[in-house]
Amino acid sequence: MEHINIFIKAIFIENMIFAYFLGMCSYLAISKTVKSAIGLGLAVIFVLLVSVPACYMLEKYVLKAGALSWLSPDFATVDLSFLSFIMFIATIASIVQLVEMIVEKYAPALYTSLGIFLPLIAVNCSILGGALFMQEREYATLGEATVFGLGSGVGWFLAIVALSAIREKLRYSNIPAPLRGLGITFILTGLMAIAFMSFMGIAL
Amino acid sequence: MSTETIAVPAKPKEPKEALFSPKNKRLLYDPLNDNNPITVQVLGICSALAVTVKMKPSIVMAVAVIVVCAFSNVIISFIRNIIPTRIRIIVQLTVVAAMVILVDQFLKAFVFDVSKQLSVFVGLIITNCIIMGRLEAFAMANKPWPSFLDGIGNGFGYGLILVIVSMIRELFGSGELMGFRIIPESIYKLGYFNNSLVIMPPMALIIVGIIIWVQRSGNKKLIESK
Repeated sequence: MEHINIFIKAIFIENMIFAYFLGMCSYLAISKTVKSAIGLGLAVIFVLLVSVPACYMLEKYVLKAGALSWLSPDFATVDLSFLSFIMFIATIASIVQLVEMIVEKYAPALYTSLGIFLPLIAVNCSILGGALFMQEREYATLGEATVFGLGSGVGWFLAIVALSAIREKLRYSNIPAPLRGLGITFILTGLMAIAFMSFMGIAL
Repeated sequence: MSTETIAVPAKPKEPKEALFSPKNKRLLYDPLNDNNPITVQVLGICSALAVTVKMKPSIVMAVAVIVVCAFSNVIISFIRNIIPTRIRIIVQLTVVAAMVILVDQFLKAFVFDVSKQLSVFVGLIITNCIIMGRLEAFAMANKPWPSFLDGIGNGFGYGLILVIVSMIRELFGSGELMGFRIIPESIYKLGYFNNSLVIMPPMALIIVGIIIWVQRSGNKKLIESK
């Protein structure tokens, strides 16, 4: 039950885009067409699903105060948590690199359609944000961390696909010239975020 | 013909560029308006919006980004010729992460309450696309001093938007600026209320959208075609 709660919460109530503005840059840049939005969204789901549990293990067995005690009782007082930024980003960058290689080898069609977006996921803040929120909220088990990662990814996917669908329709509307493109996208995202705030009333 | 005239210097030496030549000054000014990282380059928006409820954390954040951006630009610019291109993203991230750890530890030591308010967003400077974007677009191809100016300029361009947005949000959201009460008590007695919608995250987006609108009505060349 706890897992379902975390999942729903990560998608709707604590949506990466609408509640925390994470991964906004690629969200705004790559939401011009639905097709590319879906490609990037799926890649983000996958990377979050893999990297959040990986960072959880790293945090639990290497970085946390006393985490190294499985190695030898001498290390029980070692606290490496100040290294977490650099370790997390290294983990994420290498996972993205790995994903890139796997996709290139086994699904070349998908690889060409994603193009530059794949390596860019390494600097998508929602991935590092997911890892840091996982650390801040201290999820109890690996399962909870995994579900949180998956939920955040699905939330991000939902947001970018919704926005790209609206932007495709916007091409036919008459927007004031200075507001075209980026300006109206910001305002749209703001309105969508207000709509998503209505989920906050749900107590989980 | 005397011999002296023959003994001219072998090669006319290339004049050394002044530290603040017009070209270098442009590096500083451009990001403030024409090439603003947030409103034109669409970089670094994630953190820009989340920390702007109050002015104090957004100023701290702006300073942190200026420092990280300038110094990681310089470091990458120094080592740009020895970075293998295949692994440059990881090298850049490592340099940036090291800088951010320094800033984070500094904030924790001297302004602990602000560093608590910024929570994960200090760490997220690592993935702030401004820094990666400038490293990729500028520092990898330029000398250290222009890179330094570029870092400072872009940091300020980012900070400018942050300060404007946070000023609007703090003034209308809590009637204060930097923690000092601006809207006097008497106006509240007349029936004025703090606008709690401005505090909400979505309003930050809408305010930035309006800033873009204002900026582009004044600066016609930035208007996007359909």
